[in-house]
This record gives sequence, C-alpha cells and structure tokens, in this order.
Amino acid sequence: MFSAGSYDVIVVGAGHAGCEAALAAARLGVRTLLVTLDMDNIAMMPCNPAVGGPAKGHLVREIDALGGEMGINTDRTAIQMRMLNTGKGPAVHALRAQADKKMYQRIMKETLENQDNLDVKQLLVEELLVENGAVAGVIMETGEVFACRCVIIATGTYLSGRIIIGDVAFTGGPNGQRAAVKLSSSLAAHGVSIMRFKTGTPARVDRRSLDFSKMIIQPGDDEAHNFSFMSDIATREQLACWLTYTNARTHQVIRDNLHRAPLYTGKIEGTGPRYCPSIEVKIVRFEEKESHQLFVEPEGLHTNEMYVQGMSTSLPVEVQYAFLRTIPGLENVEIMRPGYAIEYDCVDPTQLKPTLEFKSIGGLFSAGQTNGTSGYEEAAAQGLLAGINAAQLVKGLPPFILGRGDAYIGVLIDDLVTKGTDEPYRIMTSRAEYRLILRQDNADLRLTGKGRELGLVSDERYRRFTAKRDAIAETLALLAASTVTPTAETQDKLRSLGSAELRSGSTLYDLLRRTELDYTMLQSHFALPDIPAAVREQVEIAVKYEGYIKKQAEQVERAAKLEAKLLPADVDYENIHGLAREARQKLAKIRPLSVGQAARISGVSPADVSILLVYLEQYKRRGQGQ
Amino acid sequence: MFQEDTIAAIATAVGEGGIGIIRISGPAAVPVAGSLFRAASAAPASTQPSYRAAYGTIVDPENGQTVDEVLLLVMRAPRSYTREDVAEIHCHGGPLPLRRILGLVLAAGVRLAEPGEFTKRAFLNGRLDLSQAEAVIDVIRAKTDASLRMAVGHLSGAFSAKVRAYRHEILRLVAHLEAAIDFPEDDIEELASRDVASAADKLCADLDRLLDTAQTGRILREGLETVIIGKPNVGKSSLLNALLGEKRAIVTEIPGTTRDIIEEFVNIGGIPIKVVDTAGIRETADVVERIGVARAREAIIQADLILLLLDASAPLSVEDKEVMELLSGRQAIVLVNKTDLPAVIDMDDVHRHVGGKPVIRISALEGTGVEELEKAIVEMVYSGQVSRSEGAFVNNVRHSRILRQARDHLAESRATVAAGMPPDCVVVDLKAAWEKLGEITGDTVGEDIIDQIFTQFCIGK
Repeated sequence: MFSAGSYDVIVVGAGHAGCEAALAAARLGVRTLLVTLDMDNIAMMPCNPAVGGPAKGHLVREIDALGGEMGINTDRTAIQMRMLNTGKGPAVHALRAQADKKMYQRIMKETLENQDNLDVKQLLVEELLVENGAVAGVIMETGEVFACRCVIIATGTYLSGRIIIGDVAFTGGPNGQRAAVKLSSSLAAHGVSIMRFKTGTPARVDRRSLDFSKMIIQPGDDEAHNFSFMSDIATREQLACWLTYTNARTHQVIRDNLHRAPLYTGKIEGTGPRYCPSIEVKIVRFEEKESHQLFVEPEGLHTNEMYVQGMSTSLPVEVQYAFLRTIPGLENVEIMRPGYAIEYDCVDPTQLKPTLEFKSIGGLFSAGQTNGTSGYEEAAAQGLLAGINAAQLVKGLPPFILGRGDAYIGVLIDDLVTKGTDEPYRIMTSRAEYRLILRQDNADLRLTGKGRELGLVSDERYRRFTAKRDAIAETLALLAASTVTPTAETQDKLRSLGSAELRSGSTLYDLLRRTELDYTMLQSHFALPDIPAAVREQVEIAVKYEGYIKKQAEQVERAAKLEAKLLPADVDYENIHGLAREARQKLAKIRPLSVGQAARISGVSPADVSILLVYLEQYKRRGQGQ
Repeated sequence: MFQEDTIAAIATAVGEGGIGIIRISGPAAVPVAGSLFRAASAAPASTQPSYRAAYGTIVDPENGQTVDEVLLLVMRAPRSYTREDVAEIHCHGGPLPLRRILGLVLAAGVRLAEPGEFTKRAFLNGRLDLSQAEAVIDVIRAKTDASLRMAVGHLSGAFSAKVRAYRHEILRLVAHLEAAIDFPEDDIEELASRDVASAADKLCADLDRLLDTAQTGRILREGLETVIIGKPNVGKSSLLNALLGEKRAIVTEIPGTTRDIIEEFVNIGGIPIKVVDTAGIRETADVVERIGVARAREAIIQADLILLLLDASAPLSVEDKEVMELLSGRQAIVLVNKTDLPAVIDMDDVHRHVGGKPVIRISALEGTGVEELEKAIVEMVYSGQVSRSEGAFVNNVRHSRILRQARDHLAESRATVAAGMPPDCVVVDLKAAWEKLGEITGDTVGEDIIDQIFTQFCIGK
C-alpha cells in the first residue's frame, strides 16, 4: 500500500454536493482533498440544464448567503433566467435559470482548482478505513491510501450504478461515466444501511432536426436576475426554450410498447421519484390526460444538444424515436443521446445526524443524492452543510445546524434525518411549514449573519449585507414615524394615487399596507428618500404581509422551545418507562437531538413527548443531585 | 420554571348531581376565570385572596346569561398543585353546567389540557419530587390510553365520516393550490380566487351545520357507553328492543349518512345509556362468531359497561367462555336469556367464569327480568362501580371547540382571498383548518398533502 498523504477532510465525488462540501471545508481553513473519477466531469448536470425553481431556487439563494458557490456559478453561466410564480406571493416567487452545462463545469472547476487548502485529484475510492468507530482514511482503486479525519461521501448516482435502456442494461454512472462498484460494499461492511433508488432522464436531440415553428417560444425575462447577492450581472445573452405537446399518437406508441418498458417488465427494481415520472408512467397513471407538455431546452451556447424535458424514459431507443417523432416540431428528430434509467445505491439518511455525520461512524459524512435526494440544488445544500460540519468537527467547534424556521436547508435536512425518504426526495415549498418567512428574497437577511459567524462570508459581502439590512430597518422606522393627517392636500394626493381618502390621522407605514399603494408611489407624493430596489422590496413585503409573517414567526418561536430541550446522547430509550413501544423503537433508531426533533418522528405521540419532558427533567435533577 | 400557555380540564369524575370542578392552570387562569365570574360580593377575581372561595355566578360574556352558581377558588403560583396560577370553578356536577363552563373557558383562549398535563406541569415545575417521576409518567400514559380509547369509541361513525369528508375536501383544495405553487411550469389549471372563496364558504357552512348539531347534542352526546355482546340469535336485538320499548328511548338517527348507523340512547333511571354500534350488531347479527372474539375484545375495551348475553337453552360454547374471560376487570352484567325455553345452561359454570359479576336471568322476548337489569345498572352507577367516562364528556367539549377553530380558520382563509392576498397566504389557514380537523379523527399530519398533489396531478419533467 502506498501512503499518499493525509488530509483533514476528503470529499468523495465532485458533483454539486462534493463541490460545495470541498469549497466550504477548504474555505474554513481545513486541508481538503476532493476526489473525482473524472476530472472532466466536475459539477456535471446529467439531467436537465436548469437550476432553481420553487424551493430549489430558495435553496440556491440560501447556499449563496452562506458563502456557497452554486449561485455565483449559475449567474456566470446562465443562458436564460425567469422568475416563476410572480402572480403569487413573494414567498413563492422562484428564480429559475437555464445554465450552459459545459460552462458551468468549467467555471466550477476553475474555482475549485484555485481554492486555497484544496487539492482536486482524479481517483476512485474503493474502501473506507474505520478505526475505533471513526474514519481513518480511504483506499483508492489504484492503491493509494490517504489518511484523514473526515470523509464526505458525495457519490450521487455512481454507487453501484446501473444503466437501463429498453432491453439493454449495463454497469455505469450517469452520462456514460463509470460506476463506483466497490465503495457501497465497503460502506455496508461498516454497517451502513443501503437503499436502491432509480431515476431517469430523457433523450438529448439535435437542434438542427427540430422545427421550432411548430412549438411555442419560452423566452427568458427581459429583466436580468441573479441568484447571488454578490452578482451584479445586468445584461445576459439568453437562449429560448420551446414548448410543445404530446398527442394521442404519442401515447399509442408508448402504450403499444409497454411490454418493453423496463419499469413494467421488472427490469428496474429501484424506487423512482413521483415528481419526475417517466413518460411511460405518466401515460399509465394519468390515462385520461390527452396530452402532456414538454419543454425543449438548450444545453448550452456551443452545442446543438437540446434537452427534451418531460419525456424521461427508459424505453428502447427505437421506441424513443417512434414516440418523439409523433410530436409537433419533432417529426424528424435525431437523437444524440438516448434517454435512460439509472439505478443506484444510496444511504438511508435516518442514519445521519442533522450535521450529516453518521451516528455510528465518527467523521463520516454523507451528502447529496447519496442521501436519497434528487436535484442539483438539494445536493449542493447538503454538500455545503456537510463541508461546514466536517470542518467544525476538525477544528473542535460546535456543529452547525439550521432549523426548519431558519432555512429550506433546515427543512431538507430535518426531513431526511428525522423522517427518512422512500423515494428520491425533492424539496418543495409545501414541505416548509414557515414558508412565508423562508423567502428567496430574504435568504441573505436570514443567513448572511450565520455565514459570517462561521467565517464563510467575505468582508465585502458582509459590508453590502449590513448596508441593506440597516437601510430596511431605517426605512421601516421612517415610515412608521411619518404621520399623515387628513388635510385637503393629503386627500388630493391619495385620490391621485387611486386610493381611498383618510378618515383620520395615519402613518405612511399604514398607507403602504394598502394593496393599491407601493413605496415608489408614496415616495413621489410624500417626500420619501430614494432607496435601492432590493430595500424597497423588503420594506413592502414586511409591511404588506406583516400579519402573516408575524403569525409564522410566533409559530417558529413556540416550536423553538422544544428545539431547545436537548436530549442527551446516551439516553436509553428502550428503558424509558411509559413510552409507547413504537416510540421507543423509533427514538432509539433516529436518536433525535432535541425534544422538538423527537416530536416530528412519525409514531412519537404527544403523550410520548410529555413523557420525554418528564424524563429529561428527571435526568437533569439526577445530574444535579450527583 | 416551566412556563407555558394556560390549560383547563374538568377535574372531577362526571356524574349526575354533586359538585363538578373545572381547573384552570397557567398565567391566564385568574383573568380568564375572572372574566366569566360575577362574585356576589362584586369583588373582582384579581383581588381574591389565595385559598379563599368566593361565591357567585358564571355568566356567558356573549349574552350575559347566567350559566350556574359556583364557588371560585384561586391559588396563586407557586402555592398550587402545578406551581402556576390556578383557578378552580366549583359548579353543579351535571354534564350541562360542566360542559358549558368548560366551553366558555376554552372560548376565552385557554387550551384543553392534555391527559395528565396538570401532573406533568407539577413535576416539571418542581412541585413533585424525583421519586414521583415514574408515577407522573404512569398518569400521563394511563390517561392518554384511556382518552385515546374514548376518543375512538365516542366518535360516531357518521360524525367521523363527515369530519373526514370535510377534511378531504380541504386537502384537495390545499393540494391544488400547492401543486400550482410548487409546479408552476406544469400543466396545472390555476384555481381562480372565486373558486377558492366559494369552496371555503361552503366548508364554513358545512362546519356551522355540524356545530349546530353538536350544540344540540344530537351527534356528540355523552352517555354510558354500553355494548351488548353475545352469540348469534342469543337475543341481542330483542334485548335492545325491550330496553327501548319499555323506556320510550330516544332514538337518534343521524341524518345524511349513507350507512345506516344508529345510536340508541336509553334513559334508565335518569342515566343516559348509549348502546354502541347497534346497526352493526343488527346487520351482522353476531359479534362473537362472525367477526370473532377479536372484535368482541375491541368492543369490550371501548365500553363503560358490558352486557353479556348467554343462551339459557344451550350449553356454554367455547366462544362464550373466551368472551367471559375478557370480562375480567371490566364492569359487566351477565344476562342469561331465553329463560322462557327449557334450561340447558349450567349456571354454576357461568358463575365460575364470571367471578362476582351480577348474573340476571331474563327473557328479552317476554320482557321478564328487564326491570331487574335496569335496577342493576342504576345500582352500579350510583354505587360508583361504573362511571360515565370523562372521555366522552370531554370529547364533546373538545370536538365543538376544534370544529369552531377549524371553522374560524376557514373564515380567515376566506378573508385572505377577499383581501386579494396570494394563494400562499390563503393556504396558511386552509392547512390549519385541515390540521385541526385531524385532531378529531386522530389522523396525524404527514406526507398527506404531498401524496395528494401527486395523486391529483400529473407532474414531472
């Protein structure tokens, strides 16, 4: 064995989780190694070329506020951006970008390669070394042994990956990559429990073979958007996406070939995601639906490959041709890469602490698709948190955990480690109970301070952030202090703004509550100062949604009481008298950090929570007695 | 100090006559009690000294009506059972004043205590010492189990079916709004605000109707939960008819149900007796044989009083004996029916199997022995052997309270729509209403909304 060196943290896999994990750890000053089985496929997007959308875009902004890279990297490589849900409330506005896939990879690679404290190497990890219940190092396929304090598994869909297209199946990772076949047995040998999931992707087709005149153009927004608080990109060359629909003929071709669909022949055993069904599943499950929409999306500025969103499939290639060619605009389509399904090993995330460290193996972390999630954003968010916590562990600092009231990242990780998942997990805004607080527009306000405390927020970012935060507070104070009386002049102003006259004295703050009024309108009539658009947005949201926001803030506060009641690590749940049997088993398995987390475990009733509180009090008094 | 919200519960066993106590604990205990109490001396509760009882009346603040004459006892923190401020309202022990006063206390923003919660608070606040911790846990466990049993047992099929149906309607609405929020680029028809508004209006009206019936006690009526068990053709229906016919029982038919679920209330010596799931017994004609001993066991668990019917004209069967075993530790009366036919049954054997439980010989068909049975029931109740379970009683108040809260959330969501607020704000109260109703049916919050989204809509890229 060749002892090749030692690191504080080794990150296995350079996808979206691995990149964030490695950057965070290195930026927090611990010596980090990022290994990938292919240097040319760092930060690859094997599925669609999009970043963001509801809840996912929220995650990207949160990652950014904590000093992560995904937001900046997307801003720099986007070829289209749209703000979705603008007809709904600000809490669910969601930024979505199409990225140039190759450029995304190149820029991320450049960032990684130039990061202090970080080495990037092409290596395939085959074995995990564990000593005395803690990670000691990893062994590579080529014989090198690296010693380390922490390992972050971020292997995506590569663990024992298997590709299925029609009757053909072979071992492999996504997009023609190799699979990592030995690592999951090494994990299993160390007692890690493994699940088998499935996901899939549609064909990539040749732009030149498409007739866009038969599709509906989907341009980006005219206004330039950015994910990152630090990006100032004001103009951007944008490419359009295209919308078209399946029809009865498409469905007939698929129905006629269901006997060749691996999902229905039993060739695929892994559990697939419900929110990302293949076209064959959609047609079987929603038989009555006469047509399904699909988006044709560019994969980049310098390629003719187009992604056919909505048509994920593992049917044989000839059938893919047959059904695609029934679709308006795709009559002469040429496939460049066929759609495929991929089955892969992943880790049951209930084995993890909220820091993403394994409960049973010290220093071993797991992040991203390996934890049973799907999506680049979900992966990046976990990678960031795993990287932070590995660095905190190395440095002997307390763990960094976000609560459900702090961030979507908190919702995501709490769901995973508390409830687990039986399908590839996707974040959704409906999973967040405090959605009105966890907005994408205030991710910076919610998290920059925490990022700063950790040491991931630069002086420049922090300066910009405090300026914005203070301007919001000042403006709100000014509005509240600006009284208006029902004088003839005021009534004239209100009339000209199309708003009702005052019946008694009021404040500009109260006037801003009116749905028909905004800051700019008040500014023009009531001598208010000019403020940046981002400040204006926060002020308006704070005033107009005050009631709802307050309600949720109170809920968070109430829940925080139980979150603050920490459960000691050595609790023997099996022997807590009075707990229901199911609660005992679940608590012993999940080992929640707090009574709050315990209460969210399915099968733990309010009575069990009461009993835990009594037990905790008993535990505390015994401790004092000794 | 373990500081939390204010809770209330009925602290006494519920029975006819005597004194009933409503106990309130927490920071708002004295102000809330004070807001309902009119002291004869006109002194406000806030100045009432600890451990001194004041005489006066409880007045409904909404209409100024006097509900009952009571004694108000105030115990200020930390010199109380829970070490919090405690107020106790001592009223007449009948179900009506207890229920109305508890209802008023809850309407004033006090939360109904969880089972064992006073004891839990006493412990967490250091009122009980460490050696009592196990006992505290036992109280919580036992009361929870009892109340769960009752919660399930006292839900009439029709009532819970209705609540479930409304809940499902809310869920569909929420799932639709959520799907459009989370999948804006999927093919999901946006719900127009007027559709949301009319759906919320309709649900409000539905809940109002349900509340009305709850208030008149037609659906949520407390009674001594009584189950009649026995072999097929042993005469269960005849016994029921005998009880009903003689006592001009109140037969409650719950309107609008597809299944013909009938709850029978028999008034025996002033005690309302609720015979459970009679329709079930009638339909299947046999609990023991066709549904088996397991079902009988279930029925027994939920009952306050068990009437076991045996056939005097046949020898004891294996099932009979098994069911008799189940009666151990429960309040039961054994009825040997069909005494009009030649006797075959071995009475000594019966006595051996049922311990000291009363055994009465009857003929349900001829109506003989029924009077004796009624006497036995009355005696058991008044001697305290059987008490109407607190569960039924509290559930009644609890259900009304939850229905009202759910209705208020729906009204709030309606107001949100009217104010032109976006769907993500509307959903907040819809979800709250849905969660509230789940407290009645015991359905826990889980992945339901997300499951519903994927059931209702074809989503996916």
